[in-house]
Parts: sequence; C-alpha cells; structure tokens
Amino acid sequence: MKFAMEPGMANSSKQLTGAEILIRCLHEENVEFVFGYPGGAVLHIYDAIFHQDKFKHILVRHEQAALHAADAYSRSTGKVGVALVTSGPGATNAVTGIATAYMDSIPMVIISGQVPTYAIGEDAFQECDTVGITRPCVKHNFLVKDVKDIASTMKKAFYVAASGRPGPVLVDIPKDITAHLCDFDYPETVHLRSYNPVTKGHLGQIKKALKLLTEAKRPMVYSGGGVILGDASEHLNKLIQSLGLPITSTLMGLGCFPASDPKFLGMLGMHGTYEANMAMQDCDVLLAVGARFDDRVIGNTAHFLSNPRTIIHIDIDPSSISKRVKIDVPIVGDVKSVLADMNELIATENLKQNKVELASWFKQIDAWRTKKCMNYAQSSELIKPQYVIQKLHEVTKGEAFVTSDVGQHQMWAAQYYKFEQPRRWINSGGLGTMGVGLPYAMGVQLAFPDAQVACVTGEGSIQMNIQELSTCAQYQLPIKVIMLNNRYLGMVRQWQEFFYENRYSESYMDSLPDFVKLAEAYGHVGMQITKPGDVEGALKEAFAMKSRFVFLDFITDQKENVFPMIQNGKGLSEMILAEDL
Amino acid sequence: MTTSTRHIISLLMENESGALSRVAGLFSARGYNIESLTVAPTEDPTLSRMTIVTSGSDEVIEQIIKQLNKLIDVVKVLDLNDGKFIERELMLVKVKATGTFREEMKRMCDIFRGRIIDVADGSFTIELTGSGTKLDAFIESLDKSAILETVRTGASGIGRGDRILKV
Ligand SMILES: Cc1ncc(C[n+]2csc(CCOP(=O)(O)OP(=O)(O)O)c2C)c(N)n1
Ligand SMILES: [Mg+2]
Repeated sequence: MKFAMEPGMANSSKQLTGAEILIRCLHEENVEFVFGYPGGAVLHIYDAIFHQDKFKHILVRHEQAALHAADAYSRSTGKVGVALVTSGPGATNAVTGIATAYMDSIPMVIISGQVPTYAIGEDAFQECDTVGITRPCVKHNFLVKDVKDIASTMKKAFYVAASGRPGPVLVDIPKDITAHLCDFDYPETVHLRSYNPVTKGHLGQIKKALKLLTEAKRPMVYSGGGVILGDASEHLNKLIQSLGLPITSTLMGLGCFPASDPKFLGMLGMHGTYEANMAMQDCDVLLAVGARFDDRVIGNTAHFLSNPRTIIHIDIDPSSISKRVKIDVPIVGDVKSVLADMNELIATENLKQNKVELASWFKQIDAWRTKKCMNYAQSSELIKPQYVIQKLHEVTKGEAFVTSDVGQHQMWAAQYYKFEQPRRWINSGGLGTMGVGLPYAMGVQLAFPDAQVACVTGEGSIQMNIQELSTCAQYQLPIKVIMLNNRYLGMVRQWQEFFYENRYSESYMDSLPDFVKLAEAYGHVGMQITKPGDVEGALKEAFAMKSRFVFLDFITDQKENVFPMIQNGKGLSEMILAEDL
Repeated sequence: MTTSTRHIISLLMENESGALSRVAGLFSARGYNIESLTVAPTEDPTLSRMTIVTSGSDEVIEQIIKQLNKLIDVVKVLDLNDGKFIERELMLVKVKATGTFREEMKRMCDIFRGRIIDVADGSFTIELTGSGTKLDAFIESLDKSAILETVRTGASGIGRGDRILKV
C-alpha cells in the first residue's frame, strides 16, 4: 500500500499533500514557532513537520499551555501566534486559551485536526464540533473541506487574525484532507468582500476632538490595550508630550506610556490609583484611546456618568464605541493612524493647551497624589508581596518582561512594576484566566531568548499549568518564577473578608507541594524565601543564573489586601484605601 | 435609556454553512431578542439574505447592527426602520370547516384577502400574506376553537423605492 504522505511520492508528482501544503503556508507566513501537541487527527501534519526545519515546534504538556504560549509570543512580539492541536480533547483543551486570547484581541491562528470528512457527524473517535464549540470565542473560524482550499484558507486566517481589531482564528482540518494531493499556490493577496476593516479616522471628527481637547479645562487621556495592539505608543507619547496632558492606562494598556513620566497617573479602575480614578471622574474632556470602558475600569456606569464630561473615543472596532458609555465624538480608525493625524494637525496648526488651566488641573492632581495610595506598611517579620515586586523592578532595572497569573499577585505586579515600554507586561485582562503565567513566560522567553522574563504568580494559579515546568526544562528556558505564596486564593479570600464576614469558604490552599523540591524534580533551581531581608539577595542570585530556570517561592503575608479597591457597584471616586482601614 | 421598539434588520451574508449559526449565536450570546428570523439564498447563489425582527432601545439596536457588521461572513446590514420599507409575512392556517364554520371561514378569508389553498371534509387551509399585525389580527378574529394549526414564515422586508440592499 502506498501512502501519499511518503515524501518521495509527493515530490515526483510535484503535488503536495494537504499536510505539506499547510506547512508551506506557515513558511510563507514566516512563522517562527508552532506551539502544539500531537494526536491521531494531526499525524500527517506532524509527519510533515518532521521533514522541515524552518519553524520550531514547541511541544507543551497540555494544549491549554500551547495556546497561552502562542498568545504570549504574539503579545510580546506583535506577530501572529500559531498553535496546533488534535481533534476532540485536543481542541477542547485549547478552548480556554482561545477564549483568553479572544477577550484581549490577540492575533492567533489555531490549527485543529478533525476526524476525516466521511466520519464527521458519526460520533467518530475523538470527534467534536470544534467550529461550533469555538464559534463564540474566535474572531472567525473555518472548516476546510477540500485540499484545494487549505492555502487560501490559511491566507485568510492570518489576514483576518492580524487586521482590524485582531483576534484568534481557528482552522479545522479533517485528517483525510491532510493526505490528499494538490498543487501548492499561496495567494499573494486576500480580499474578502464582507470584511474591510477601517484604517484612517474621519478628519472632521479628529479636528473636532482636538478642538475639544485643547479648549478643555481638565483634560484627561485614558489609554488601553488597543494602543499596544496597534503599535501606537510612540504616537501617543508624542501627543501627550506636545499637549502636556495627564494620562492613565488600563491593566491592558500598561507600558503604552512610560510609568516614570510625571504626566502618568498610574493604572485606573478597580485597583487603580487614587489620582487616576479621581481625575477620570473629575475631568471635563476625556480622550479614550484603544480602551473599552470595561466594568472593571469605570465601575458603576451611572455614577461615572453623574459627572458630565465630553468623551472622545478612538477605536478600530465600531462596536466598542458607545457600548457601555455614550460617546460624544467617536473616531473609528486605526489608533496609530488617527494619533498620527492628530499629531500632524497639532504641529501644522500649532495647537496648544491653555497653560494656566492645565497648571491648575495638575495642581489638583498633585493634591490627589499626596494621598500616596500605594503606600503599604513594611514589616520586618513578614514578606510583603508589594515589596517583592518593588525589588523585582529594581533588580531587573525595570527592563524585564513580566507575565502574571490572575489574583492579588497580578494586581501587585501591575501596580508596583513600573512599565516603561509596551509589550512587556503580559497578562490575561479580559478573561482573567488563572494558569496563564507560566505558559505566557514560555512564549515570551522563546521569542526573546536573551531577555529577563519573570512570571509573577500565586500558589493557586501556578498549579493550574504546573506541568509546563517540564516544557521549560526541555527547551532550557531561563524563566524566573516569582511566586507570591500566601497559602490562599488571595483575591477570593479578600472578597470573602470584605463581603462575606471573613467566611473563607474553600479559599485556603491546603496540601501545597514543596515547590523547591518540585522545581528540582524537573531539573530546575528552587528557592524558598521567608524573610524580608532575603528578598533582594534571592532575586539577585536568581537573575544572575542567566541560563537557569529558577523557581522562587516567596512566603508572603497571608492577610495582605490589594488597595485601592472599588467595590462592585461603586463609582470611581468611591475607593477604599489602605489608610481607611 | 430609550424605550424598546421593534426593528426589522435585513442583511446579506456569504451563503456558507455556519453563517446562520454565527448570527443566531450572536443574538443568544449577547442576550438580544429575536422575534423572527428568515433566511434564503438570493439571485446570486453565493449570497443569502436574512431578515431579523428584533426589539430593543436605540442603544441596543445600534449595538446589534455593529455586532452584525463585525461578523466576517456578513457582507451588508440595513436597519429597515431607518427609512420607508415594506414588510410581508406568509401564514398558513388550518381551520375547522364543518357546519356553520364553513361559510364563516370563507367570509373571514375574503375579508382578509386570504386564499383557501386546500379543502378537506372537515377543514380548510388558508394562505394569508401581510404585515405581522395583519396576520395577528386575522388570528384574533377567528374563533380559537376553530384553529387547528398555524404556521408563519416570519417577516421579510424590503426598502421602498430606491432603498436597495445589494452588494
Ligand atoms: C481558571 C480560573 N478559575 C477561577 C478563577 C477565580 N479566581 C480569581 S483570582 C483567584 C485566586 C488566585 O489565587 P492565587 O493564584 O494564589 O493568587 P493570589 O490571589 O493569592 O495572589 C481565583 C480562584 C479564575 N480567575 N480563573
Ligand atoms: Mg495565593
């Protein structure tokens, strides 16, 4: 019996198998890494991978991690992340990763194997309706039914994933298709009559926005993840510098504007700074750039709207505009292009803010800053989690890539690691997926082999993808895990303390493993740090081991809470501060 | 928030398997109302035309239109309520047609400009087209006990005059 998969046969006929075509598509797209896990439905594809060396395949230990790693590769580089999983359980394991990327608009192409076309619908072994299951959490998905469609579908998939408001695109390929033969012809361009993302913003609206901004008494800029996704940091910076405006960032936007700049008020929202939230509430003209007025950002909408202000909103996705808050001046367009147009108009028309008004607004902001909402009580006995992050910032000179999991540690990382550049802060904002931290660090470290990569995590989150310690060993990834071990699902415990009278229902993390031994069992270096005095030394020691994966288990103060905090249903100016308690 | 109003949304989309479930899925995922939804291929077989009857505040309708436009398979969307339009729906009603009911049904059918398209010993099947409210009115005017079965297509809509939805 002859199989089409035999390379010799494919070459002699000059036709390629579907699997080979798929690989060639990935080559055409200059894919560097494919994160994946093999299985029956993708065996032809894996055989074709065996015969190539243009991209590197990274074998994870669970498909969820493949998705997260590809997602972080994309978040840190701006390129499209690629993951490959088998049918059935491979695809269902990938769903959390896909949904995580979708919520944060991360461009990815996911290839999933499917049972052969003739078996679809028969409850075949490892069959599931992958296109159906993933439909609500992808930007788009395709089921390829003919080998002739593989190349054009892949071209579309990469185009749709990366253009407009980016997002994950899934391509489901039945096994028989990957064995069928066909000529390979990768389309140069792609046109979809139903999909034409806008780029340029409306000039009239842009002029109107600039007039409102420059005439404002209390202007404020609210920047989000869209600035990073749209690679518009430089343009935003230019705008802020030329007009001298105060600016805040969402959790997803951190790093799009340098945290050390005095015009930066810190993060806003549920755990944002006092000054950012107060300014957001009190401003008279608000410029929102690539942000979406998320419930964790503006708190109670009615309370937010109770203080009238004019809102300008730049976003590539029209459906983000006026979704939760009515917008006065919508500007639909690519953030970078719109900001470039704004900067040009500011230069040519010599637009300026009123110096006196702006100075008195900053005086008010400085008054809010005197609250020093980020202060915390130091302790000589217990390690304060905030202190660990501050030391991490110092030891890495603020230049590390920081990935995080989800929980209190995530908020402390966001608050105390001052990001100066975009694409350095990698976390799951929209879906809030525990377990992303370690696979995120893998994706980043592979993309930037010489960079310092820190994974800030909790003892709860890390256990959700702990198996990836093995992947890190296989590919010798010198990640530094900074685990803030409070023996609690801390964020859950904090809510229980505040809203459920200290009834800590199922939030204590019992039976924790010996993380040092666990790290060592995987061939890594493990360290446990219990005293505040040892924090800095341990971090220095860990980062000095440039080629080693180091797992640092910081035993932190169990009772520490994240402040400021806006309770559910409360408004931006109704924060609870540490000093209030 | 403005009050909820009924809107008829027309859209053209790629005639591909799965396109319908993307639209239906969008409505259920985001909690939008669907009163009715009809779909069939157009004169260009690569395109399907869908008519969705929904209701919501102005803000919700605006979001629905935007979200529909965002679907990759959707080529064009038109809120018919933005201008003048015609709405038609087809209904088939099987009614009792025994004794005095037989004459009564013929009379009602005439008043509403319906047609009897099937005659059996004990029943008529009446075909009726019109706006949703007209079909409702017909049902209202019948004796409940006379109705054996009804089937409605859901509304189709088209803009008046030169309001044309085409690629
Ligand atoms: C997959 C998943 N399950 C549950 C949650 C809800 N959740 C949010 S934070 C949190 C606690 C996280 O604990 P840990 O990783 O120890 O971090 P800490 O808050 O203690 O810093 C939980 C359970 C979630 N975000 N993700
Ligand atoms: Mg914890």
